[in-house]
Amino acid sequence: MIYVDNAATSFPKPGEVGRAMLDYLENKSANPGRSAHRLSIEAGRAIYRTRENLARLLDLKDPLRIVFCLNATEALNLVIRGFLEPGMHVITSSMEHNSVMRPLRNLEKKGVEITVIRDKEDELFINDLEKSIKKNTALILLNHASNVNGRIFPIKSAGKIAEKNGILFMIDAAQSAGCIPIDMYEDNINILAFTGHKSLYGPQGTGGLAIRDDVDFTRIKTLKTGGTGSKSEKEEQPTFLPDMFESGTPNGVGLSGLNAGIEFITARKINEIHDFEISLAHELKSYLKKSAGITIYEPLSEDSTATVSFNIDRLPSSKVAMILDEKYEIMTRAGLHCAPSAHKSIGSFPSGTVRISFGIFNTYEHVEKLIDAIIEISRDF
Amino acid sequence: MKEARSVILFYSSSAALKMESLAKSENLVVKLIPIPRDLSSDCGICLLVLNDDMEEIKTIIDNHRIEYEGIHDYMV
Ligand SMILES: Cc1ncc(COP(=O)(O)O)c(C=O)c1O
Repeated sequence: MIYVDNAATSFPKPGEVGRAMLDYLENKSANPGRSAHRLSIEAGRAIYRTRENLARLLDLKDPLRIVFCLNATEALNLVIRGFLEPGMHVITSSMEHNSVMRPLRNLEKKGVEITVIRDKEDELFINDLEKSIKKNTALILLNHASNVNGRIFPIKSAGKIAEKNGILFMIDAAQSAGCIPIDMYEDNINILAFTGHKSLYGPQGTGGLAIRDDVDFTRIKTLKTGGTGSKSEKEEQPTFLPDMFESGTPNGVGLSGLNAGIEFITARKINEIHDFEISLAHELKSYLKKSAGITIYEPLSEDSTATVSFNIDRLPSSKVAMILDEKYEIMTRAGLHCAPSAHKSIGSFPSGTVRISFGIFNTYEHVEKLIDAIIEISRDF
Repeated sequence: MKEARSVILFYSSSAALKMESLAKSENLVVKLIPIPRDLSSDCGICLLVLNDDMEEIKTIIDNHRIEYEGIHDYMV
């Protein structure tokens, strides 16, 4: 069995992740931040440790500016819906996932203006971005790395432009957090949305926001209100982080697992993980490129994540993925990958592509088997 | 004889946990305890510290711009 669908969710998880979750369930899982007994405090510590490790990973100074959500989708919705008002203008790229596109298109109907910049080489893209800025531009929201072809966007330059123009800059780091080094200050990121279950190697149901220390978060309305364990005498929602956005009992067991995932990748070093994964992707790509009858959808950036989109010209992507699964036990993902706009942008809409995405547990042997399978499929079908 | 101690009250348990983590990384002896009833009706936690460490505690509070509700003598 070969799993190369890590852009959907990473698999397997390091053993430490499951063990940390079991330890939390068996030894700590009181209600964190609610009661004041030792077990509740222990549960709170487990979650706080996750905040600390995430803050360290992203070079965020204050761990309390990590806000936990269910996943990147919820985190993105929190800012998109909580910040944008009718009459505001937002700039984004054509390579966004539907977790960005759908909330934006929904708000467009209510009077939010949207400019979608078509993906181009970095310099041209940044030029277009700068030209799209208007008086009412309130937010620039960019995918850090595409889940379709691994394209890495020039967030540092985009963030600089946003800063110069007094515009909030947010990135969708669902595909990058954990496999590309990120520094919220160096990279000029105001707000970052992450998901726990991809390159951070945590369980599903974990994710959130990192809000830089100099961002006025009170401009974002909270989507949910309720119990926080703080200011219990008040019937109004607290206005400090993370409580303002974190009502309800948190996913302590999931966040304990996420912490173990982060500690695992941090010990391995993010840039080394990136180098390793990308070398697997290059190996695969160099074969696909020299094969007749195969189209490969290259990203418009020099560097990329280890996500490769291709098609065998005569075959639908869904069929290729099905044969890879049924005959070779190789798990990929076909179709549009929740990103119709991105597929339009790279010219593979509506049929989609076969996507192969590597993770830390893949090997060169996996790549060889994958290449052999693709050779056979393009010959036999 | 017991050393003199104080409790620091914060606005959220996350802030108390943050202070605990920072104090422990400076090897200070601290302990999270339930907020004494006479200090607040809130059911949360506060940080018990030694008065001898107060200067270092305050330095941490300043350096990390930690907002706190108040510092009170701790009576057993
Ligand atoms: C680029 C991108 N953004 C956002 C998401 C949403 O992540 P989640 O499904 O964990 O909310 C994904 C993955 O599904 C993604 O690839």
